[in-house]
Amino acid sequence: MSLDGAPPETRTLVRVEDVRMHFRVGSPLSAALSGQNTVVKAVDGVDFMLSRGESVGILGESGCGKTTMGRLLLKLLAPSHGRVSFEETDLQALNGPALRRFRARAQLIFQNPFEALNPRFTIRRSMAEPLENARIPRAAREARIARAMELVRLPEPQQFLDRYPHQLSGGQLQRVVMARALVLEPDFVVADEPVSMLDVSVRAGVLNVFREVRAQLGLTAIYISHDLALVRYVCERTIVMYLGRIVEDGPTEAIVNNPLHPYTRALVAAVPTPHPDQPHDPLPVGRGAPDARNPPSGCRFRDRCPKAHERCALEDPAPKQIDGRRVFCHLFA
Amino acid sequence: MGEALLSVRDLQIAYRVSEGEVRAVDGTSFDVPAGTITGLVGESGCGKTTVARALTRVMPGNARIAGGSARFAGRDLMALPEAEMNRLRWRDIAFIPQSAMNSLDPVYRVESQLNEVLIQRGGMTRRQARARAEELFDMVGIEARRLRDYPHQFSGGMRQRVAIALALALEPKLVIADEPVTALDVIVQRQILDQLLELQRRLGISVILVTHDISVVAYVCDRVVVMYAGQVAEAGDMRRVLTRPEHPYTMGLTNAFPDLQGAIGILTPIEGAPPNLLNPPSGCRFAPRCPFSGAMCQHRPPDVRAPEPGHAVSCHRAGEAPALRAAAARIETWAAMA
Repeated sequence: MSLDGAPPETRTLVRVEDVRMHFRVGSPLSAALSGQNTVVKAVDGVDFMLSRGESVGILGESGCGKTTMGRLLLKLLAPSHGRVSFEETDLQALNGPALRRFRARAQLIFQNPFEALNPRFTIRRSMAEPLENARIPRAAREARIARAMELVRLPEPQQFLDRYPHQLSGGQLQRVVMARALVLEPDFVVADEPVSMLDVSVRAGVLNVFREVRAQLGLTAIYISHDLALVRYVCERTIVMYLGRIVEDGPTEAIVNNPLHPYTRALVAAVPTPHPDQPHDPLPVGRGAPDARNPPSGCRFRDRCPKAHERCALEDPAPKQIDGRRVFCHLFA
Repeated sequence: MGEALLSVRDLQIAYRVSEGEVRAVDGTSFDVPAGTITGLVGESGCGKTTVARALTRVMPGNARIAGGSARFAGRDLMALPEAEMNRLRWRDIAFIPQSAMNSLDPVYRVESQLNEVLIQRGGMTRRQARARAEELFDMVGIEARRLRDYPHQFSGGMRQRVAIALALALEPKLVIADEPVTALDVIVQRQILDQLLELQRRLGISVILVTHDISVVAYVCDRVVVMYAGQVAEAGDMRRVLTRPEHPYTMGLTNAFPDLQGAIGILTPIEGAPPNLLNPPSGCRFAPRCPFSGAMCQHRPPDVRAPEPGHAVSCHRAGEAPALRAAAARIETWAAMA
C-alpha cells in the first residue's frame, strides 16, 4: 500500500532532485575572526532515482556526504534545497498517518551494533519497540519478531530474546539490528556502513544475510560505505560521491572493471587485494585531502585530479551518459 | 632469510581484570628478520596489539609480562631495566600508533615534538634538528613550513605522516606500527602504505605492522604472523602463507576477505567468536570454530610444526593441508559450524 493508500503504480520508488544540505558550523564570531567559511555543503546538488527492488551503493570517502544523503532519504534531515520523494510524494509534505506509514516502510540499519541497541533493554524489548510505535497489536508482535529473527538467520529466537546486548557477539548483535529494521516489513532500507565495526571473519556472515534478505523480500536497498569491495558484494549499482556531489553512477561491475571518472579510477586503484602479486603503481591522484569547508570551484575533484584543465575550474561538469552510466567530468564532454 | 633482528619466544602477557587474570598473549613465538616488514594479523582480541605494546614496554597499568623473552640485537627487551629500555625507544625501536592524535601532544607545535626526539634523544644541536626535521617532512611529503603547525591543524592522513616522520627521526632499526592506516580513507591509506614501503626499502629498517586486513598484508609485508586467542596459529613467508595456508584459521581468514579484482563469488564467514581467555579451551583454541577438528584437537594443544624452514604451523592436522585447503574453499564446510 502506498502512502496515500492507493496501489503503487510506478517503478520508481525514490526520486532525489537537486538536493542540497548545507550545515552551519562553528560560531559566527569565530567565523568572522578566522575569515573561514562557516557553511559546510555536505550535499550540494544531487539527483538520482531508485527503482523498486534495486540495491544501490553510495560510495565515498569521509566527508563526501554519503551519510547525510542516507539521512535525507529517510527524512531524518530536511534538505536545505531540492526534494526527496517516495512514491512521488515529497517527504517534506508528509505528516500524521502518512508519515507514520513512511516510517514503517523505510528503515535505517545502524553502523555500530554495539551502540544501536539500548544496553538496558532485553533484545525482546528492543525488537518490540518499533512494533509498538507503529501500533501493531500486541498479539501479532511475537510472530513478527520471530519471523524477523529467522530472516537474519538467528534461529531459536528464544535463545536470544531474553538476553541483553552485552551478552551477544558483534555478529549476532548486527543481525539483531538488521532484524529490528525488518520487523515492520519495510520495502526500503538504508544501511550505513553496517559491518565496519565487525571483524572480517564475521562480516561475511552479515553481508550474506543482507544479500539473502534483500533478494527474498525484494527490498530496495541503499548501502552506504567507503569500501568498494563490500559495495560490490551487495549492490548491483553504485553511486560514487565526492565532496557533496555525484561523480559517477552506474552498474557496479562496470565501475569496478572500467572506472571512468578520474576520482573513481584512483579509488579503484587504491584498494589493495589479498594477492601477493598486485601492482604497486603510483596512484593517479594528487596528495591532500578534500576540504568540505572550502571546496574548489567548478569540479570538486580538480585540485587532486591529474587530468584537470582550465575548464574544470570554471564550470561544474554536467552529467554525461556513457554506456549505461552517468559521469560528471569534463573529459567526457 | 637473514639473521633475526627480533626473536620473540614463548611470550606471556597477562591483564589483571575483576574476574582474575587474562593471558592475552599466551606463549607467542616468532622472528622478525632484519630489513623486512612483518605483518601481525588476527581478529580483535587475538593479542596482536598487546604483543606490539609489550615490545615497546609501554603497557596499561593492569598488564604484566608473565614470561618469555624478546631478544633484540642481543638483549632481552622483556628483562631490560626501564632506564635502558628508555634509551632504546626512538633510537632503536619506534612506535606508530593507530591514531597519531594519541602520540602527538595537542598543545605543542609539531616541530617542538620532533625536536624533543632529535635533541633530547638524538643529541643533535638545534640547528641540526631543524635541518633534520625539514628533511623528515620532505621525506613524508609535507611542506616544511607546516612544522610550525599544531597537530589539530593537520588532517588525519597528514597526522599519520607526521607520526611516521617522528618514528623515523633517528633511523631506528625496528618500527612497530599498530594499525597505522586503519582509520584513514582508502586513497590516503594507499599513499601512506606506499610511503612506508619506500622508506623501509630505502633505509633498510624492519617493521612490525599490526593489522586486521589481509589485503594490507599482501600489499606490503614480506612475512606474516597469524595470531589467534593469544597464540601464533601460523607464521612464515607472506606469499607462502597467503597462497598455501596450512592452518584452518588462516584458510578461513583468506576466504572471508572480499577481492575487488577477483570474481565476486561468495564470502565465507568463520562462524562463532574467539574464546574467552579467562577460560580458554583446553585443546586447540581454534577447535570450537574449526570445521576440521577431531577428538585430539579438543583435548590436546597442538605442537608447533615446521613444514619448511621459517614456516611454523600450530595444528594437529597440518600434514593434511592440501586436502583441508580444498575443503575450506567450500562455504558448506564452514556453514556446518553455525
